Amino acid sequence: MAATVNEGGARNRSWGARLVVLVPYLWLIVFFLVPFLIVLKISLSHTAIAQPPYTPVFDPAAGWEGLKAFVAALSFENYAFIASDWLYLASYLKSLEIAACSTVLLLLIGFPLAYGIARAPRRWQPALFVLVVLPFWTSFLIRIYAWVNILQRDGLLNQVLLALRIVDEPPAWLSTDTAVYIGIVYSYLPFMVLPIYATLEKMDETLIEAAADLGCPWWKAFWLVTLPLSLPGVIAGAVLCFIPIVGEFVIPDLLGSSQTLMIGQTLWTEFFANKDWPVASAVAVVLLCLLVVPLAFYQQMQARYTSGGR
Amino acid sequence: MGNAGASNDQGRRNTRRTFAPWSDSAARALVRFDGVSKRFAGIAAVEGVSLDIFAGEFFALLGPSGCGKTTLLRLLAGFETPDQGRILLDGEDIARVPPYRRPVNMMFQSYALFPHLTVEGNVAFGLKQEALPKSEIAARVEEMLALVRLESFAKRKPHQLSGGQRQRVALARSLVKRPRVLLLDEPLAALDKKLRGETQFELMQLQEKLGLTFIIVTHDQQEAMTVADRIGVMDHGRLIQVATPTEIYERPNSRWVADFIGDINLIEGRVVDAGASGTGIASTAAGQLRGLACPGATPGDTVWVALRPEKIRIGREPPSTAGENCVTGQVENIAYLGDLSIYKVRLDTGSVLKAAVANVTRLVERPFDWDDRVWLTWAPEAAMVLTR
Amino acid sequence: MRKSSWFNIGSVALGLAFLYLPIVILVIYSFNGSRLVTVWGGWSIRWYAELLNDRAMLESAWVTLRIALLSATAATLLGTLAAIALVRFGRFRGRTLFSGMIYAPLVMPEVITGLSLLLLFVAIDIDRGFWTITIAHTTLTACFVTVVVQSRLLTFDTSLEEAAMDLGCPPLRTFLTVTLPLIAPALASGWMLAFTLSLDDLVIASFTTGPGATTLPIRIYSQIRLGVKPEINAICSIMIAIVATGIAAASLLTKFHDIGRDSVGALAVK
Repeated sequence: MAATVNEGGARNRSWGARLVVLVPYLWLIVFFLVPFLIVLKISLSHTAIAQPPYTPVFDPAAGWEGLKAFVAALSFENYAFIASDWLYLASYLKSLEIAACSTVLLLLIGFPLAYGIARAPRRWQPALFVLVVLPFWTSFLIRIYAWVNILQRDGLLNQVLLALRIVDEPPAWLSTDTAVYIGIVYSYLPFMVLPIYATLEKMDETLIEAAADLGCPWWKAFWLVTLPLSLPGVIAGAVLCFIPIVGEFVIPDLLGSSQTLMIGQTLWTEFFANKDWPVASAVAVVLLCLLVVPLAFYQQMQARYTSGGR
Repeated sequence: MGNAGASNDQGRRNTRRTFAPWSDSAARALVRFDGVSKRFAGIAAVEGVSLDIFAGEFFALLGPSGCGKTTLLRLLAGFETPDQGRILLDGEDIARVPPYRRPVNMMFQSYALFPHLTVEGNVAFGLKQEALPKSEIAARVEEMLALVRLESFAKRKPHQLSGGQRQRVALARSLVKRPRVLLLDEPLAALDKKLRGETQFELMQLQEKLGLTFIIVTHDQQEAMTVADRIGVMDHGRLIQVATPTEIYERPNSRWVADFIGDINLIEGRVVDAGASGTGIASTAAGQLRGLACPGATPGDTVWVALRPEKIRIGREPPSTAGENCVTGQVENIAYLGDLSIYKVRLDTGSVLKAAVANVTRLVERPFDWDDRVWLTWAPEAAMVLTR
Repeated sequence: MRKSSWFNIGSVALGLAFLYLPIVILVIYSFNGSRLVTVWGGWSIRWYAELLNDRAMLESAWVTLRIALLSATAATLLGTLAAIALVRFGRFRGRTLFSGMIYAPLVMPEVITGLSLLLLFVAIDIDRGFWTITIAHTTLTACFVTVVVQSRLLTFDTSLEEAAMDLGCPPLRTFLTVTLPLIAPALASGWMLAFTLSLDDLVIASFTTGPGATTLPIRIYSQIRLGVKPEINAICSIMIAIVATGIAAASLLTKFHDIGRDSVGALAVK
């Protein structure tokens, strides 16, 4: 623990305090940062029928000469390969497209939900809040599977549609983009609702009253006062959803078609089916680069939130 | 109270009357701040403060919000370290001593009661840190709870208590360790007026009875004037004046102090003559005035006459006694405060003076009304002359 | 404002229905006597019974549970330390990198983190299996714990710690006797979050798994690919029941809604 209340100075740190930072710090460096560097390295390697299935493999015993040979063997051929093959470009574009559209859908559905909860009577809010969060705590896989159940050809949705005579023949819901959107919106809704709710809940209700007092009808007050003030929550929710959706795997795999793959699926196939680790790594690196801007934005948001501790 | 009680009271009153270690040059201060400065993000919270506080004193740090009084307290408690200067407790520099090893205890403004412990647990907390035998801890806790009259609440948790009760638990908790100095950070701010008044007297009695040194931080001047033996007035990190309540009120050392404590009329003027018996001032607002002697004033200096509203007499005719200051004007506003009426009188010169008159008669018999022409009179001894 | 209040109630009701309907349907179908989705074969628990005979499934459940328990506990420890460092230590060297590493896994696509961890394990030549999954889960879930605990620490009244120190309690003991008991609900909440995330994880487990460490999600997933089967409904319903009970218990015991709101609300700009 710090010997005195924090002032940002390291001079008062006891060894105990240093340990508090060092333990998680080292863990994260070893198990988060270093792996990324390894991915980068592998993306510059060649495939090999060997264990591990890539070359060159860095041998510390080989000394300086080994290191020079190692660096010489690295190449950008994997990146060239990705750039040339339309499959990968299509996957990236598809992923960005789905992520963007889903985020918009999530906003359209999530905002009214969050707004509704924030405007509900105070007594109900905790219960409503738990209800929204609860699905998030049950298995992600299960929830997607639940949709597979409903959306399959002879599943419940088609049964209802047929019974109500809305359609004559059961349409195929699975293996379509629509199913993917449904699955994504369903899974990520809490991630959109919660930040917006958190922001709306903190909003001073008397601001709306002031707007009304100054002559604004309810929709104008909403547009001019509520919406701008809820913007931080909206942006947070959008960023929180967009970034992981780009790399989604399970949802498109179970609900989507095999024609248009998202980048998560491409990576998975590359790795598990083709056993081409270097290419998979290159795909991952490019994906990371695509996400750099939203990620940097996200880190900025976090930094502002904690603003240096005190 | 019986005879013994009466003589005790008398004895206490007598010692209280003669209690003035600060005027004794041989007395050594219990707490000494020596040129202490503390800065937060480049802004000085405390600037070059030097102060001596003596054992057995009830000392008040008074000032507006942000003046640095709480910072000074926290420096003594050990939660901040001074950038410059020394802090001495009984002659020893305690700057390096962490708060958990200082024989100083603090009563927090928010009370900071541990919500997960009972009243008993809270009060016993400090004693447990000293590794005392269980029986002794229990005895001292019981004694302290009896002192603050909370014996029957021992098993309750803080959230089950009222604000006043919580305050007493905080007090008990900080006193049970018998600290050399007890620091109180705006302890009565959260209480309503009546309770505050009662608690002020309780605090004073407690302090005398236990013979401890109390340092209280407050922004309420009435509180400071009521409880304190001496008051240290602070502004923007600096100590402006340290004196007894009487001196602060009757002999402020600057316009700022005069204005901060109570109400004041300030009349700017130029010294005409200065002597041991009094000062003559020429002012545009009120003509020729006579005030108290002002050491260090020379003719031609700019000074201010500081006049407390209650020292001004208000009448329909000019004064009959010679040697009194007097001006004339029209009543512009009357504020009725129940016990007092404050008359705002606009003088013929254009300035405004405030006179406070006790309402010895009932309202319908009020002697003066709006727009009445009146004379304001005051004795030269009532007018303080300030050079800054 | 009548119009907006109907809209509010409607949108909340619809939203909640949307969230819960698939789960409810799943649970109902797990009791479907018939194998076919189109036919309702009456209420039956045969799929649950068949589950008990499914050795492989039970084995996976046990593995998954052990991994979740271990990684949740380790993650809570790591995450709490990290939260303390972020909230109480002000500016220190390398803070930007540190907080970056804490927040990144929360949004990073799991395929990337899974791949990178696997490559690490291969590079340092560890046998993959139970322990590699545990390490991977610990790393990911620790970050969630950090967010939850950090949120609680930010609203913690430090004057309580000052009061304790003022009364003679050195810093470490202050943390153990004053701070820890009061932030315990947040720690419990973080533990549960880490537990659930580990229990549920498919992608990272798939990357970092090895022989003998097939987790339940992996097994369920491979079976789903083969087609919808009622036994899967049964195992899923059981998992839902377990988590729901846990949540219900937690919200009764602690101020869950505050913590929940703080944890994800923490990800919003205030």
